Amino acid sequence: MKLDDLLKQTGEWLKGIGPNSEMVMSSRIRLARNLAKYPFPHRADKKQLEDVLSDFEKAYKRIEYFKGALYLMIKDLNALDKQFLIERHLISREHIRHTEYKAVLISDREIISVMVNEEDHLRIQILQSGFNLQDTWQLANKIDEELDRYLDYAYSNELGFLTCCPTNVGTGLRASCMVQLPSLVITKQIKKVLYAITKLGLTARGLYGEGTEAYGNFFQISNQVTLGHSEEEIIDNLERIMRQIIEQENAARSSLLANQRPLFEDMIWRAYGTLKSAHIITSNEAINLLSHVRLGMDLGIIKDIDRNMLNELLIQIQPAHLQKLQGKQLSTHERDVTRAELIRSKFMR
Amino acid sequence: MLCEICGVNEATVEFTEIVDDEVTQLHLCESCAREKGVEMEKHFGIADLLAGLTDAGLEFESEEAEVKCSGCGMTYDDFRKIGRLGCGECYSTFKRNLLPLLKRIHGSTRHLGKSTVKLEKAAGVTKRSELQELRQKLQRAIEMEEFEEAAKLRDRIRELEKKAKEKE
Repeated sequence: MKLDDLLKQTGEWLKGIGPNSEMVMSSRIRLARNLAKYPFPHRADKKQLEDVLSDFEKAYKRIEYFKGALYLMIKDLNALDKQFLIERHLISREHIRHTEYKAVLISDREIISVMVNEEDHLRIQILQSGFNLQDTWQLANKIDEELDRYLDYAYSNELGFLTCCPTNVGTGLRASCMVQLPSLVITKQIKKVLYAITKLGLTARGLYGEGTEAYGNFFQISNQVTLGHSEEEIIDNLERIMRQIIEQENAARSSLLANQRPLFEDMIWRAYGTLKSAHIITSNEAINLLSHVRLGMDLGIIKDIDRNMLNELLIQIQPAHLQKLQGKQLSTHERDVTRAELIRSKFMR
Repeated sequence: MLCEICGVNEATVEFTEIVDDEVTQLHLCESCAREKGVEMEKHFGIADLLAGLTDAGLEFESEEAEVKCSGCGMTYDDFRKIGRLGCGECYSTFKRNLLPLLKRIHGSTRHLGKSTVKLEKAAGVTKRSELQELRQKLQRAIEMEEFEEAAKLRDRIRELEKKAKEKE
């Protein structure tokens, strides 16, 4: 598999399938792991970083799950390709800050990815479509066990898996769901919900993780605490709270429909109209409007649109994807024009 | 010159970054520079936050401040500045200072999750779940302040862990 092959396929998490996929776009599990032999990446010398890379390479090649996987050295990628991988949620922004001795392994359907020498030696990620935490965890656990067989993890009986940042120690597990909560935003209940979840050991972030804004009413909800609870408890807790959030969003939707239907419909159809007609559009505006159309579909207000197409658009309209689809570099203005063109063409069908 | 991050826009901002005494200079466009700025603030945020936690209300074990980790040469002072540990060994080296910090972050200082494949194998599959169960019982006993019971559980856990280690 080559990097450009990814452009032709829809990442598994974007397929819009799985339980509650109308509201929960994706479920993600991340495990932070380090190799006992070496200092953590920021403290390791070149030789040690190279050794981490070669130890990992030897290990993954023995694992069935990684047959046909794509293994990339970050330093070999150009700026556009790095951005492209970030947009597909396959690497973090942190991973391209300094690119020497860093790598990423991506499985053929983009479900599994492993960042090597990020903050920790290994960051294993499993990303699936829909509200699917249990399956995602099962798979993460299997991959982790496989790697564990061939690598020597930094682990202590008392503190569990040892990580570079003490906020990840123990299970090294971050479980998260990407969820769209437009009605809670419109009815201004979102702040209350977000405040409540922080009281329960969870946290909410924007579409692209730490420090990013919540464009298009997308929120990434994840556990904060990694020590003192088993993986199953952490996932169970997140799952239960997510169920409640889904219920709250549904209640807000019903109440909006019952009490403010014209206003609601107006917002959705205006979004639809703009997307269908705009000739210049920024990615933020597009994401927000697409999110409204998505809501319109879920409520049966808009009927003739394919959810898969909408999900794909959310990624394709991003800067690096647009440029790769066009096969050339584009200025900000050119991107806004090309983006509008792409969206119009999809909405015309 | 084009921006070194997006490679698209004209670079108009010179951005100097100092990480671990290493100075990097980047030529960026306005929007990437802005993003980078936000990212930097965020980066500082984590270390600051942790540094705040390490000091707040805790008696700082100063004799440990000078101790260098045998695994990576880091001191606790280094950790307080960057909020990152240097290697797995650091957790034992700075244990006395780290445990209260972990308690603040996680509300616990005891791992209750899965173990490594090798340890599990050594302890036998049944032992593993037994160990896990015992640890959970211990946690509950501590929460309920049943210290006698907790002490018994602790001894049993130590015994099992020792066996697991020996087999390894």
